[in-house]
Amino acid sequence: MSGPGSYFARHTHALFSSAGHLARAPIATTFTVVVMGLALALPLGLDVLVRNVRAATADFSGAVSISVFLKPGVAEARAAQLARSARERPGVAAVELITATQALAQFRAQSGFGAALDALDANPLPHALVVTPRPANSSPADMESLRRYLAAWPEVDAVQLDGDWVARFNALLALLRRALLVAAGFLALGVVAVVGNTIRLEIRNRRAEIEVTKLVGGTNGFVRRPFLYTGALYGLLGGLTAWLVVAVTLVLLGPTAARLAQSYGSPFVLAGPGARELGLLLGFGTLLGWIGSWLAAARHLARIEPGSG
Amino acid sequence: MITFEGVAKRYRNGREALSNVNLHVAPGEMVFLTGRSGAGKSTVLKLIALLERPTRGQVSVGGENTGRLKARRVPAFRRRVGVVFQDHRLLIDRPVFDNVALPLIVADSSLKEIDKRVRAALDQVGLRGSERVLPAELSVGEQQRVGIARAIVSRPPILIADEPTGNLDPQLATEVMALFRRLNEVGVTVVVATHDLHLVRESGLRQLVIENGRIAGSEPAGALPVIEARR
Repeated sequence: MSGPGSYFARHTHALFSSAGHLARAPIATTFTVVVMGLALALPLGLDVLVRNVRAATADFSGAVSISVFLKPGVAEARAAQLARSARERPGVAAVELITATQALAQFRAQSGFGAALDALDANPLPHALVVTPRPANSSPADMESLRRYLAAWPEVDAVQLDGDWVARFNALLALLRRALLVAAGFLALGVVAVVGNTIRLEIRNRRAEIEVTKLVGGTNGFVRRPFLYTGALYGLLGGLTAWLVVAVTLVLLGPTAARLAQSYGSPFVLAGPGARELGLLLGFGTLLGWIGSWLAAARHLARIEPGSG
Repeated sequence: MITFEGVAKRYRNGREALSNVNLHVAPGEMVFLTGRSGAGKSTVLKLIALLERPTRGQVSVGGENTGRLKARRVPAFRRRVGVVFQDHRLLIDRPVFDNVALPLIVADSSLKEIDKRVRAALDQVGLRGSERVLPAELSVGEQQRVGIARAIVSRPPILIADEPTGNLDPQLATEVMALFRRLNEVGVTVVVATHDLHLVRESGLRQLVIENGRIAGSEPAGALPVIEARR
């Protein structure tokens, strides 16, 4: 009698039956979905914020560089050779050679000590290399590795890592990302609890139906199925609501953010969650709804027996 | 088919509903349980349908010792026992078709099979054409017949009914009882708990009289199961 066709039909029936139950109680369904949507919107909004900040600043990766001061007496030709060696290292985006002559000219132009410099017998400044890593190789660990590599050259007198503030900024972003994960974890628990409680009430309201179903031979799995679909639908709709909340917020903030960026000469515009994020959000919401309903159903359905009323 | 050996049942509230009950219902027999309210008739039915388990003694239904039946096998057992209640226990927000189809749906029957059997069951109880009607739109007697259709739709070998005529006028009660007789005539074992001694006497079938949780008598004594009697 049973087969793959009836298996599919059973699940389709349970899905449509659950959707029907939700549609027949639009106010209660809306409240639950909105609560779930807001709970899911918070981590999604934080994620969008972090990604936009990273996009706007590009992690300030271009602002990170290493200044390599060569020992006095190193010839300019050797300095140029070292610059070529540095350029060949993986992870290095650019190397600029600032010769002692160029450095002195810059200093003369910028410091206002031109007359005093004329009094010097010889140029006291060394040749220097400004090494800029690729954005993907700008992590603190990569920078430290590059610093050690450069410092090990015998011609090098000193190596200076520029941009500690960038490291602090990135550390702040990392902290925000961690906070996002923690918040997402707690809010996920909240969503599970909301769905669990809603399903618990639903089970209580449908006690008579559950008793009759068990009376005619319905298994716990059969009775549980529509509640699982209900929970999953709550999660799916909650995820969709969260996406809408964030999308609307971005639409409202977009022009202001664009004007702010323009004032800094940046073409930056706020980016919303893409198709991948939407897919993840809907999947995650559905999973949370399923878990919440499963926990509630497993706990409360087993207690209901036709003779227990 | 149904055997009680030294069966006692004490509920959680301490009330002893049955004590040392011994009875036997043969395959294909139709038997009445009579007695006052609270005598223990409903408890006997609940033990047969495995809605309760005995505190002492052994209940065997269709060769299964229900006291030892594992929880995961209970649903399959219940599918072999059709139950009719005085209060019908219908799903009020579902049409007649869905109510009657429920035992087939839980048994994973195909849609084609469900459609065929539900219409056949409704035909048997005289409700063909009421498939899309909600229970609230039916009379009490019709609701009772929907309950009976649900109990017989999966063709269980055993049918039990708890005061099935309690809410019906005499004519409807006679019709319902005639329906049970017809089911019994095709081999279904039927156990009916009732107050209606007139219907019992009119049937001429065996009745088990229950008083204070014990079998007080069997009338007519030594009556044969109807199938055997017809042979």
